[in-house]
Amino acid sequence: MGNLLIIAVGAILINNFVLARFLGLCPFVGVSKKTETAIGMGMAVIFVMTMASAVTWLIWTYFLSPGTSNVFWIIAHAFGSDVAPEAFNLQYLETIAFILVIASLVQFVELVLQKTAPALYEALGIFLPLITTNCAILGVAELNTMSLGYNFLEALVHGVAAGVGFMLALIMMSGIRERLNFAPLPRLMKGLPIAFIISGLMSMAFLGFSGLKF
Amino acid sequence: MKKIIKDLTKGTLVENPVLVLALGLCPTLAVTTSAINGLGMGIAATFVLIMSNFIIALIKSLVPPKIRIPIFITVIATFVTIVKLVMAAYTPALSKALGIFIPLIVVNCIILGRAEAFASKHNVLRSLADGIGMGFGFTVTLVLLGAFREILGGGSVFGFNVMGSAFKPALLMILPPGAFLSLGLMVAGSRWLLEKTTGKEAS
Repeated sequence: MGNLLIIAVGAILINNFVLARFLGLCPFVGVSKKTETAIGMGMAVIFVMTMASAVTWLIWTYFLSPGTSNVFWIIAHAFGSDVAPEAFNLQYLETIAFILVIASLVQFVELVLQKTAPALYEALGIFLPLITTNCAILGVAELNTMSLGYNFLEALVHGVAAGVGFMLALIMMSGIRERLNFAPLPRLMKGLPIAFIISGLMSMAFLGFSGLKF
Repeated sequence: MKKIIKDLTKGTLVENPVLVLALGLCPTLAVTTSAINGLGMGIAATFVLIMSNFIIALIKSLVPPKIRIPIFITVIATFVTIVKLVMAAYTPALSKALGIFIPLIVVNCIILGRAEAFASKHNVLRSLADGIGMGFGFTVTLVLLGAFREILGGGSVFGFNVMGSAFKPALLMILPPGAFLSLGLMVAGSRWLLEKTTGKEAS
C-alpha cells in the first residue's frame, strides 16, 4: 500500500510528467490558453492514460514477454509443440504494438462515449483524437513496462497519477496564461517564448519536491 | 528545381519545426542536456522523417483516406523500431542517455505532421527534400540548444572544456527548468532573426 502511495506522489509531484519528464508538452503549450479547456483536456488524458496503462501492461505481459504466461506459447503448447517458452520473445515489437493499441483504444473510447454518455462526450470529445499523438500516453506505457517494470496494480496507479500530474500542471499554466493576456510584454516574448519561461519557473518550483522523503 | 531548394532550406529558419511551428517539443527539451545527445536525437529523428516521407509519398495513392492515420503511424513505428535496435547495438551509451525518447519518436508531431501535411500531397522527390530540410532544422535546433545548456551548465561543448577551470557551472541549466528557460529565449531569438532577415513582423 505504501509503495503505491510513493508511486502516486512521485508521478504527480516529484517526477511530474510535464515539468520534470518532458512528456505531453504539445497539448501543454497548445491547450493551456483557457482554464475551461485545460480541465477538459486534463480529464480526457487521465481517462485514456488509465485505460492505456492497463491494456498495454496486459499486452506486454501476456503477448510480448517470453515465459509460461505468453499466450502464443500456451497455444503452441496446447497443440503439442515442445518449443521453449523463451522462444516467444516479441519485446522488440513493443513500440508498434503499443501505438496501434493506443490509437484503437482512443477510437473505441470515443465511440463508446458517443453512444452511452453523450454529455461526457460533449465535454471530452474534441480532445480525444488529439490524445493519440500525445507522447505522455505512449510514455507512460513504455515507463510501466520497459523502464520501471511495474506489476499490474502499480502500473494502473502510475497511469492515474501521471494523468493527475499532467492535469495539475495544465490547469496551473492556464491560470497564469489567462492573467498574462493583460501583462505588458516585449513583442518578441509574447505567446510561445513567455509560456516556456513560465514553465521553467514552475519546473523550478517542482524541483523542490525532489527533497520529499518518505 | 527551385521548389526542391526551397523545400530543403525552409526548415532551417522560416518554417523551423521547433522554433516556429512548435512541434516535437518533448524530445527537444528532454534530451538536450548536452550537444552530443541533441545531435544523436536529431539524426535518429531525421532518419525516420526522411524514410517515412519517402514511403508515404510512394504509397499515397493506395492509401484509403479514412484509415490513413493508422497506416502512417505503422510506417513510422517500423522505422522507429529499426532505429531503436540499431542504436541499442552500435551506440549503447547514447541509446541509454536518450532512453524512452527513442521509441517516443513515433509520436513526435513533426513526423506525423509532415506525413499528413506534405508527403501525402507531394511527389517522392519533393517529399524527400522536405524530410531532409525539416530534419536538418530539427537537428540544428537540438544541437544549438544542447550546446547552450552544456556550456552554461557544465562548461564544455561535445565534451571539450571551453570555459576554463575558474568557471562555476550553473547546474540549473542542465536540470529541467534550464531546458524551458533556454528554449523560451531561443524562440524569442529566432523571431528576432526572422524579422531581421525578412523585414516582416513575426506574429
